[in-house]
Amino acid sequence: MADTTAHAAPVEHTSTGLPSTKLAMWLFLASECLLFGALITTYVLYRGASTTGPYPNQIFDIRYTSVSSFVLLASSLTMVLALTAAEQRDFARMRLWLVATAMLGLTFVGGQVYEFTSFYHEGLSIKSNLFGTTFYVLTGFHGVHVTVGILMLLSLVGMSWAGRLPDDQAFPVEMVGLYWHFVDIVWIVIFTVVYLIPQPKPAG
Amino acid sequence: MADGTVTRTCAPRAGAALSGGRGTVRRTRWILALLALTILLAACSKTAPQNTMNPAGPTAQTEKNLLVLVLWPAAAVFLIVEGGILLISIRFRHRKDRDRMPPQIHGNTRLEIGWTIAPAIVLAVIMVPTVSTIWELARQPADAMQITVEGYQWWWGFRYTDPDMAVSYGDHDAIVTADVMVIPTGTTIDLTLTSLGGGAHSTSGVPDHEVIHSFWAPRLFGKQDVIPGETNHIVFAADEPGIYWGQCAEFCGLQHGKMKFRIRALDEADWQRWVANEKQPAVTPPAGSAQQGMDLFFGTNGVGGQCIQCHGVGGTKATSTAAPNLTHFAATTHECFAGCDFETFNPDGTPNVEALKAWLRDPNAVKLGAKMPDYGLTEQQIDLLVAYLYSLK
Amino acid sequence: MVTAASVPARTGIIRRPTATTGWWSWFTTVDHKKIGLLYGFSAFAFFLIGGVEALLIRSQLAKPDNTLLNADQYNQIFTMHGVTMIFLFVMPMSAAFFNYLIPLMIGARDVAFPRLNAFSFWVFILGGLFLYSSWFLGGAPNGGWFGYPPNSTTDPSIGMTFYALGLVITGIASSAGAVNLAVTVVNMRAPGMTLFRMPVFVWMGLVVQFLLVFALPIITVALFEMLFDRRWGTHFFDPTAGGQPLLWQNLFWLFGHPEVYILILPAFGIISEILPVFSRKPLFGYQFVVFSGIAIGFIGFGVWAHHMFAVGLGPVANTAFGITTAIIAVPTGIKIFNWMGTMYKGDIHFDSPMLFAVGAVAMFVIGGLSGVTHAVVPSDYQQTDTYYIVAHFHYVLFGGAVFGLFGAMYYWWPKVFARQLNELWGKVQFWILLVGFNLTFGPMHILGLGGMIRREYTYPAALGLTFWNQVSTVGAFLIALSTLVFILNAALTQRRSKGLANEDPWDARTLEWTTSCPPPIYNFEEIPVVHSIDEFWHRKYVEDKEGRLVRVPAGASDHPADGHKEGHAIHLPSPSFWPLVAAVGLPVIAYGVLYSWWLVGAGALVTVVGFMGWAMEAPVAE
Repeated sequence: MADTTAHAAPVEHTSTGLPSTKLAMWLFLASECLLFGALITTYVLYRGASTTGPYPNQIFDIRYTSVSSFVLLASSLTMVLALTAAEQRDFARMRLWLVATAMLGLTFVGGQVYEFTSFYHEGLSIKSNLFGTTFYVLTGFHGVHVTVGILMLLSLVGMSWAGRLPDDQAFPVEMVGLYWHFVDIVWIVIFTVVYLIPQPKPAG
Repeated sequence: MADGTVTRTCAPRAGAALSGGRGTVRRTRWILALLALTILLAACSKTAPQNTMNPAGPTAQTEKNLLVLVLWPAAAVFLIVEGGILLISIRFRHRKDRDRMPPQIHGNTRLEIGWTIAPAIVLAVIMVPTVSTIWELARQPADAMQITVEGYQWWWGFRYTDPDMAVSYGDHDAIVTADVMVIPTGTTIDLTLTSLGGGAHSTSGVPDHEVIHSFWAPRLFGKQDVIPGETNHIVFAADEPGIYWGQCAEFCGLQHGKMKFRIRALDEADWQRWVANEKQPAVTPPAGSAQQGMDLFFGTNGVGGQCIQCHGVGGTKATSTAAPNLTHFAATTHECFAGCDFETFNPDGTPNVEALKAWLRDPNAVKLGAKMPDYGLTEQQIDLLVAYLYSLK
Repeated sequence: MVTAASVPARTGIIRRPTATTGWWSWFTTVDHKKIGLLYGFSAFAFFLIGGVEALLIRSQLAKPDNTLLNADQYNQIFTMHGVTMIFLFVMPMSAAFFNYLIPLMIGARDVAFPRLNAFSFWVFILGGLFLYSSWFLGGAPNGGWFGYPPNSTTDPSIGMTFYALGLVITGIASSAGAVNLAVTVVNMRAPGMTLFRMPVFVWMGLVVQFLLVFALPIITVALFEMLFDRRWGTHFFDPTAGGQPLLWQNLFWLFGHPEVYILILPAFGIISEILPVFSRKPLFGYQFVVFSGIAIGFIGFGVWAHHMFAVGLGPVANTAFGITTAIIAVPTGIKIFNWMGTMYKGDIHFDSPMLFAVGAVAMFVIGGLSGVTHAVVPSDYQQTDTYYIVAHFHYVLFGGAVFGLFGAMYYWWPKVFARQLNELWGKVQFWILLVGFNLTFGPMHILGLGGMIRREYTYPAALGLTFWNQVSTVGAFLIALSTLVFILNAALTQRRSKGLANEDPWDARTLEWTTSCPPPIYNFEEIPVVHSIDEFWHRKYVEDKEGRLVRVPAGASDHPADGHKEGHAIHLPSPSFWPLVAAVGLPVIAYGVLYSWWLVGAGALVTVVGFMGWAMEAPVAE
């Protein structure tokens, strides 16, 4: 899409043909794989190692967390819809789906806040035992990542609405989308490892 | 030039002054040779009490043998490579009278494959005895003498857990000592390494923590770490009677540098005497300053008594394990105290009263951060305690 | 893809700066060359500080039972010496050279993300200052650069909390820089610059960036876990609650081993550039050198537990890691031979850059050989945690990386500063340094095998180690002297007027030397088209009928007017202060973790505002 106006910067020519921002986002997500990998490894290492309660089987409400997981999954769908709208240059629709994504994300985070608060009242704190330590830190890191994603989504909406995105609005949406989907996939892993796979019941 | 072309002529480069002549190259050779020599010199220092190159037991001997085995090919590689670099540097140095463009060789695939494979073979060969020795040293013979090593901040405790090493009093618990591990010569010992803490606390209230230490007596064995929650093992023996020094080798806080110990190997007769003495409860001192010191130690008359909060004395009501066991503090084999930082006896065998007094007066002043608090003892109280402690033979 | 015309004409709320000169421009620059200089000066300053810490260590150890430093002071000083030299000197100094040179070497105008580049620098320097502020705020980190818990998590002084927070901050800087440089190399090469025509320095840089991207997150997690244990009572490394101290060691060394390759590969790249130029022949076995660098990168993730041979992992693990450690010696060793092959039959000019490069190779070999002895696991039970290890890593890090970095300074000084460091004083520095360095660290092999542990603040005379400790201390002061020589050389050189009679003083081979000294802000008037490795060399020299190299006559060029024409205006991103703003929030958050949640909020706000401003500012100032 060469532009011939007098002050045009030339179209970015890259050695791979891929935009640099996309390469950067993939590389960043690769490093995030290591980050969550180390956190999940810590969690797995300490499964069943708590010397005192409360224990997961006493605390978890799988149905509740399944619902909030579904909410997050749904947000990936709305993210895809937002990108599609952007590619069709229907920016109003794009903003709508971005807001929906952010709202679903917010619901997820809100659900986690509620969930953690109730766990806390049942005696699980970050220092009560290894389970509390590893659980809160792992899910907390993930929650922070979701929150940052929500901020990025809302920023996109605001900047698009104010006309401050470049003409190809689909590109930044795609980039944020990559991040959002990644965060969603990480949750699927966390949900499976932490909530779904049963922990060995400690003896006595 | 900015447009990518080169406009200067083919003149000698500015600043391309030739380096100093042969003298500098000779100097390099001299330095490198000195270096090689210094490493070999390590084997010559026979008097150094923690010298790994002067092993006194089969474990350390095995470890040294492996190193020496590897040092030969390492020395050969060193000479070839460094010598090669030197020779090449001299032979192909630019000479003022010759301005030649050397042949622009890009590589030689066969040669490069060769010098990839050759080192790989050498390394593979080295790994064979390496791996077999790893497994050899990991064996724990069932009939070895069992001693548990306890690492605290910043001293070592020793517990003899074999059934035939139980004390003759009380509940026949294990013999417990500190600072000096006494062993019989020619006997395989299996050390179980544990990290303990949480009992003693410094004057400012900072407790000792379970942290990682490492147990190392270089002339007898290479180190293994002492990790809270884990139990590592060292299997070794001492060939000859003697005193072998060691210290903690994993950074463990303030006084890591002074967390020392000694291993005293005794021949059979001395060993039996030592065991017999250790199985006895602590001496009850006769009347006099030693007994007054004991009263102070236990708080019998309402004064003092802090000592037994941390220190154990066999056969008495002092059973704490938070600090070094003092049952046989003044036995001649117990030649150092407070993390083996101070000598118990003077060179002539008399009690090193000054060191113990300084310690009791203010542990923190002679060993920064020591977990034994300053109890504000008067000089008279210190003298009494010293008399008591030196009566605990 | 962004095109300028499609961005609305409205500017941001605050006008984007335009000045590229003046002191304020240093705070807003996004030019990779200026950022490289910022990294370089900062790193050198930390080198001096770390050096003073080293002199204090050596002074304390010059005699037995010395009382120059007490145990507490010593523990802080040796910890900060390690942290400073690794995280605040070698890594940023390498970043300085990567930043300055990589775009020039690949024929680009700047890195892929210039503002991210500035952000990386500011985060780094603020992280370093944050770490050093600990001296004044309750005590510097005192748990060793490796910070093993439970000691590091239970130590009552505040220092290790600074350690955890400070290294998270500098880790963010390095991660951002790594993504930036990796994308730059992969995506911004000039036409014709295929991956296998890139200078080896760029290749090593690429491997380093990938190592950073994959290794830093691991230590970040470990540091957070340490922070949480110290600050909020979690149990990650708390054995009383079932935590495992070894978890830290595994996470740390999973980062820590790739880290040592991050530290040495830049020097390998530098050596690979200097040796061909001063031997006047190409690098021998370019492909082997490149592939061995890549191999080191991969295998480097498989050897980490060789730092843990004595922790009781068991004979299976020890065997496995002993073998992988032996394996990684192979690609490392290959390079030595390739470098020797480069010099062989060359026409070798021993100017200062070459002295340092050859010195680096020679010293690295010694460190490499002692490294191989560490792979002999049972012998390592004696070697580990002693001065033998200290000797090893100083030979590879100081002998290899630092000698290499000095070589780089002499080599590229003319390019950056349009002046040449004095040759005679360069040689003086080199020889004093070579002698001093070997006197300092050579005896440490003996000290280690003779029974001297690491990290002890003193030792008794009865150990019989006094003499070699004294020798080592003398050597350390010689190193200091040689550094003074360098500083004087640099200072006096800079006072001379700018301008080189010859802008290609070394008759070099790579593209950065095609530009003026220093290069214009846009690097190349026209982006070059590349036809081979050592593109610049091949423009200067062609083979005649007999296959000999002859100089291309002045004024002529093989490649007339093949530059990539972009019209008369070269568009460069304007300076920006948003990266600085975003960076400032990070240490504020860190101080907040130490002192007050309000500060955390304030810092987070500053960072978020910084990122928002960054996102919304116009690409070019109006």
